[in-house]
Amino acid sequence: MDFVATTRRTMGRLFAAVGAVVLAFGVLGLADPAHADIVNPEMPFKVSGNVQNNGEPVAGVTITVTGAGGFTATVPTGDDGKFVVGVPEKEADYTVTLDESTLPDGIAVVDNPETEFVESNVQTATVGPGGRVAMNFFIGQGERHVVAWFDQVVQRLISGVNFGLMLALASVGLSLIYGTTGISNFAHAEMVTFGAVATFGLVGLFGDAALPLAIGVALLLSAGLGWALDAGLWRPLRKRNTGLVQLMIVSIGLSLAVRYLYQFFIGGGTEQLPGADSPKIQLFGEVSLSIVDMVSMGLSIVLIIIFAWWLTYTKVGKATRAISDNPSLASASGIDVDGVIRIVWIVGSLLAGFSGILWAYFRPGIRWDMGGQILLLIFAATTLGGLGTAYGALIGSLVVGILVEGSSLFIPSDLKYVGALVVLIGILLFRPQGILGRKERVG
Amino acid sequence: MDVLGILSSTASFILDPTTMAYALAGLGLAIHFGFAGLLNMGMAGFMAIGAYGYAIGILTFGLPWYLAAFVGIIGSVIFALILGIPTLRLRGDYLAIVTIAAAEIIRLFLLTSAFIDVTGSADGLSGFNGPGGTVTNPIPGAGGFNNSNPIPDGEYGFEPFLDDERTWYLRIVGGIILAVSVFAVYRLVNSPWGRVIKGIREDEEAVRSLGKNVFAYKMQALVIGGVFGALGGLMLALSTNVNSGVYVTSLTFFLWTALLLGGAATVFGPLVGSVIFWVLQAFLGLLFPALSKAGLLPFDSIQAAQVRFILIGVALVLLVVFRPQGIFGNKKELTFVK
Repeated sequence: MDFVATTRRTMGRLFAAVGAVVLAFGVLGLADPAHADIVNPEMPFKVSGNVQNNGEPVAGVTITVTGAGGFTATVPTGDDGKFVVGVPEKEADYTVTLDESTLPDGIAVVDNPETEFVESNVQTATVGPGGRVAMNFFIGQGERHVVAWFDQVVQRLISGVNFGLMLALASVGLSLIYGTTGISNFAHAEMVTFGAVATFGLVGLFGDAALPLAIGVALLLSAGLGWALDAGLWRPLRKRNTGLVQLMIVSIGLSLAVRYLYQFFIGGGTEQLPGADSPKIQLFGEVSLSIVDMVSMGLSIVLIIIFAWWLTYTKVGKATRAISDNPSLASASGIDVDGVIRIVWIVGSLLAGFSGILWAYFRPGIRWDMGGQILLLIFAATTLGGLGTAYGALIGSLVVGILVEGSSLFIPSDLKYVGALVVLIGILLFRPQGILGRKERVG
Repeated sequence: MDVLGILSSTASFILDPTTMAYALAGLGLAIHFGFAGLLNMGMAGFMAIGAYGYAIGILTFGLPWYLAAFVGIIGSVIFALILGIPTLRLRGDYLAIVTIAAAEIIRLFLLTSAFIDVTGSADGLSGFNGPGGTVTNPIPGAGGFNNSNPIPDGEYGFEPFLDDERTWYLRIVGGIILAVSVFAVYRLVNSPWGRVIKGIREDEEAVRSLGKNVFAYKMQALVIGGVFGALGGLMLALSTNVNSGVYVTSLTFFLWTALLLGGAATVFGPLVGSVIFWVLQAFLGLLFPALSKAGLLPFDSIQAAQVRFILIGVALVLLVVFRPQGIFGNKKELTFVK
């Protein structure tokens, strides 16, 4: 098959193949055209772009722009690899051709690794209503850059486990809260975001070097948030005997309020934590991980082991599971239900906060709605494992994580969450109690 | 500070197509949640299908606008059937999670670049209310909602409702759809069918013991409510472009806020709730930035515009805790308050 042939060819060239680098600097090119060669500067609209080989500008490449009505213009790229061509019409299509014979020997126009589409030396640029368009060419070693299938699978698997562990930290909390209080807590997403936003704020306060300190304090604040939510909102509502559906809608309202509160403070953009751009270390073949990835996986595993130990062996952990199983019986046997629920909120919020910090590195970036982006995956993981069972949530998270990352091998990556959501619906259809849940839970 | 300007802009939202869209979708939610007790958290999905079905019917299939509207409605019926078969046997909170997930699946499929030729991906679709197709590739007979406007060109009405013929045409069409819908729902919930679905909401087992097919009734409620959701989406599509960024989970939550404001188990609740919701939204959205510009608030005007969204969340919490029956509702009609 075609695919096998591609794989075999690239296996040998694995290290030789220099990846084509995409730098969408078209916008910058417009802002700073000082070095770029310009033809037809008198015309009102612009087609501009960038020719780069692995990040290095390629000068002296001939670009030809043709359009309707016999419009033709030829321009060589400047020393910075940029070109700008004035064109007469907006809202029109132009054909931009890169003359490959003017490229240095041994390199050619290659795939844009960021998109699925095959790029060629002839491209169509549509000048939109704004009157400007940027068209970039990606130059590489004259060979398509294809990562071997096996390496891709391993890379996705590792990525999936990393993502799954991060989801697990959030979903065990959600599951425990559901188990002990019956709340489908939509505001869990905001508890996830809180960890990241708090770390970001504290890094701003302490400086980049004090990142571990900032993370530590952020986790304490997350725990505090859990305590405050229970003390200020959920416990009073329990005392009022508020219905479960009401509690769910309350959590939705809380989620909206807190989400927009984050936007109020950090704005609508994306912020980065220090170290988010740490370099990737090649393990073998094309499989690479950054130090942040490794640390994040290690910490998740440690935290999950501590949590599992706590839940299985400590008195409070046992009490938590007892309440999940049967709250009235637990209460009758002398367990302080309210106290345990308070601890569950604190632990759940702490784990969610940590998962938010990891999510900020995994995405990467901090946004006001970052928790909302994975809320349904957290619900999918919890439901898959069995609502109310903490260990089930752990298994469910790993399955969802690997499924989401793995599915992008087969389907467009902007549809990768769909797989997990379809599984969520499917599991409710065939085994609504989840992997570890008990049948009687479902009514 | 331009107080009169703010009040006038605010008042215009009483007759805004968005308000009517919320009222229509809210009516659908009232059937789902208020009358049948189904926790549908995926109304945004139904609206997206109504809007995109209309736009795609015109731009891809070349249908005239009145037939394209049915594409969205039929789409929502199919969506309700697909959604209902696996989920209507589930307990309430499971249904909420599944419907929210289904709506997200719809949105992701509309957003993905895999179907960009049909859905327009992140840019959405536009230009379908004029003659259909694009300038370079017109489709004869397609679309044409704007051209079907019988009102002569000009400005009509009085401030704050002084607007051109297209706006008035939209208001009239929307008003007719809304009036017919409210009347239909009123008759429906006061019919024997309505009494059965209210019975299901109160006690499913009791209704089943009377020999009623509970699943079939729930499915009918889901389909009928979904059609009103699609009509809401259609209303949005008639007034402006469609974009998948509109049909997000927050839209569903805003609809719930408007519904609970008016009263979930009432026919006029969604209507009044939507009007109050949008009038307050518009008012606060103008008031806070104006106060901020006048130096009366300690934050900038971009932040000031965000405050209203925080308040929506707070309002939803307070509403559901202290007045879950809404403005018009009867507390006896609310089994979700146990």
